[in-house]
Amino acid sequence: MAEQKTTTGVVKPEIPEADVIHPMENLLRMDRMPHIWCSSCGIGIAVTAFTAALEKAKMDPNMVSIVSGIGCTGRVAGYVKLDSFHTTHGRPIAFGTGIRVANPNIKVVVFSGDGDLIAIGGNHFIHAARRNIDMLVVCVNNFIYAMTGGQVAPTTPLAAYATTSPYGCVEPPFNIPYLAESSGAVYVARWTALHVRRLTNSLAEALQKKGFSVVEVISPCAMYYSRINRLGDGLDMMRFYHDNVEIRHGEDTKNLDIGFQTKIICGKFVDRERPTYMERYSQWLTEVKGAKK
Amino acid sequence: MKLWRKPLDSDKIKIIRGEIHIIKDRCKGCSFCVEYCPKEVLEMSEEFNAKGYHPPYVKKPDDCVECHLCEMLCPEFSIFVTVKKEDEKPVTVASGEEQT
Amino acid sequence: MKTDPKGVLTGSHELSGNHACAEGAFAAGCRFLGCYPIVPALEISQRFLERAPAVGATFIQMEDEVSVLAAVLGASWTGKRSMTVTSGPGLSLMMEHLGLGVMLETPCVIVDVQMVGPGLGIPTRPSQGDMMQSRWGSHGDYEIVALAPSSPQEMFDFMIKAFNFSERYRIPVAVMSDEYVAHLVERVVIPPADAIELVPRRYYKGRKDNYLPFKRDKDFVPPMVDIGKGYRFHVTGLTHDNRGYPIMFEECQEYNVHPLVRKIRHFADEIVEVQESNLDDAEVILVSYGATSRAARKAMEEARKSGIKVGSLKLVTVWPFPEKRVAELAKRVKAFVVPEMNFGQIVLEVERCSYGAANVFFIPHGEKGVEYTEDIQAVIKRAVQEKNIKDGVIECVSKGV
Repeated sequence: MAEQKTTTGVVKPEIPEADVIHPMENLLRMDRMPHIWCSSCGIGIAVTAFTAALEKAKMDPNMVSIVSGIGCTGRVAGYVKLDSFHTTHGRPIAFGTGIRVANPNIKVVVFSGDGDLIAIGGNHFIHAARRNIDMLVVCVNNFIYAMTGGQVAPTTPLAAYATTSPYGCVEPPFNIPYLAESSGAVYVARWTALHVRRLTNSLAEALQKKGFSVVEVISPCAMYYSRINRLGDGLDMMRFYHDNVEIRHGEDTKNLDIGFQTKIICGKFVDRERPTYMERYSQWLTEVKGAKK
Repeated sequence: MKLWRKPLDSDKIKIIRGEIHIIKDRCKGCSFCVEYCPKEVLEMSEEFNAKGYHPPYVKKPDDCVECHLCEMLCPEFSIFVTVKKEDEKPVTVASGEEQT
Repeated sequence: MKTDPKGVLTGSHELSGNHACAEGAFAAGCRFLGCYPIVPALEISQRFLERAPAVGATFIQMEDEVSVLAAVLGASWTGKRSMTVTSGPGLSLMMEHLGLGVMLETPCVIVDVQMVGPGLGIPTRPSQGDMMQSRWGSHGDYEIVALAPSSPQEMFDFMIKAFNFSERYRIPVAVMSDEYVAHLVERVVIPPADAIELVPRRYYKGRKDNYLPFKRDKDFVPPMVDIGKGYRFHVTGLTHDNRGYPIMFEECQEYNVHPLVRKIRHFADEIVEVQESNLDDAEVILVSYGATSRAARKAMEEARKSGIKVGSLKLVTVWPFPEKRVAELAKRVKAFVVPEMNFGQIVLEVERCSYGAANVFFIPHGEKGVEYTEDIQAVIKRAVQEKNIKDGVIECVSKGV
């Protein structure tokens, strides 16, 4: 059922065919389904894992705020039934920082894509990690700018084709876990869309973690990345992940580069403790207030 | 599944069976659920949904063990599993005799 | 609503414009500052940070001005009155989120201490070169409220006004200070807390599951809710319907964007404020705002002494522009004289709103123009003698440039 063309009223939510409701009904905006993502896109799986993780981590959904940027993954905020913000390109981390600093009771989740977070938002990403702002960043990495039509992203592997690299990508890509760890993130993990259960566990763990947590989700993009590189459809990508993913927990993040159709190392790489921005801030505040007395 | 011998407590163990619900019009036909179902319960159907995709259908409803993998892997939130109601005929582990 | 007395430093103080700005923000109930260091605006954030623990305010210095305004918008949605301070190049970077703030209808205040531009300009010299940018800088259609203080006392008062406008109309409000006002030290009288009236944020009071973030009241302003109160709303910077969901149809411009403009234009009469003096018998009117209005005032007084009938129209709100008042006055005076510390911005508005009924003289006034008024005097004399109405803006040369 397509979204009705209306500008004034509330569209009645679509009634599922089954007489029992979908278990994620209370955490998703079912009145907006079906979503805009292409067939066999992995973002929907990441959202499923995230909602499952919210329940698993026993988070109060009223106290979680989700912020997204622009792009395919940028639409996530619009489908998750939390206090959700769809903001400008690359700035969801900055927006979320404002929320978290102004109200430290809110758990901020930034759900966005690789182009949004690592290219235009790269500066905000490293600085939020450096400050150790208490937020979970879910970076869905599909190796390409998909919404604009398949341009080279900062994560596109060397030699991969894209609409703006017709002779193969010549720029070395970012290794997101390495970037996150060296900037100061306290929790870094990488999974593919195929590893839903591990991804769910990882997200639940990261949600409960104090500090800047990064979970990278490798996702198939059948419409652009696979099509331009002739890698088959989404299912072929999933089969590729099945055959070529190696799980190595605690692996040195230096070794996590992803080449074109090479082995992908997944797992939880970093889990450490660092004082968060708000902890340092309140400590500083009590010191100042104490000194003045 | 072939068993070496019939487990001694096989009559006491009840395997929870699941019931699969498919919201057909949401499906975009990626077939992840069909591919990754460990019990091969699902299969793509020939029918078209409102969007023109082929949604899956439940080929072997009695085989579902409620693992929820199809639900987790569905990018469209269009398939989910509930526990089959108790009043239905309980299904036990297939016995050794049946296998041979 | 009365302000929180914790932030009000009641009494008479010698304050610079920048310090008065920080005090005005506290008095207006501002409890969040996002900042990035930039030269003429530095002291505002410094004063804010020093006083923040005592007042109970939070702040963060972000990595750039782009993220500063993003953080301020985020903070505003938690229910805190939020602001940022910047100067020319920083304002350019903030244009992205000025647009987002308008689209999300997020109340916040942006203080722009103007410096000489374009490019890197002169960070330590005053200018009024950002006036048009504040109005037109972000892409797409929008309306904004901009105030121009001319003294530390006005800086303090206008901060309260700015926060009130932003909460009343749910828009980002710009306070267009400049380097001259920023570093001018004058007496500032801060009234007691119970004399400061604040406009409270308009909150939605109804069933939680019925909340529509952009369902407008009769006055085109939708009520707001805070994050973490269980409303689980969605807002988007895309063109949206009243649920906050994106809509991509032709009518969306009419449905979504038109009210953003209309909520200001419709209430322009309530928002617009000017300070008038000697207008009753005036032949020539000096239109000025911000720091240049100090020179204009002095020039008016001197011209009056020499018998020329000069009046003064000082703009408190530069945006929305007092179109009606200027059009009214244009019919009965010979000329408008507009001194500005730029090469012609607000004079274009004066020229537009005079509809060819009066001559418009423009003095591109250098930074020194604030101190000496000879060129304004000369132009006033020329304006009085001019018999015919000429097309367009008549640009005069100033020694102060």
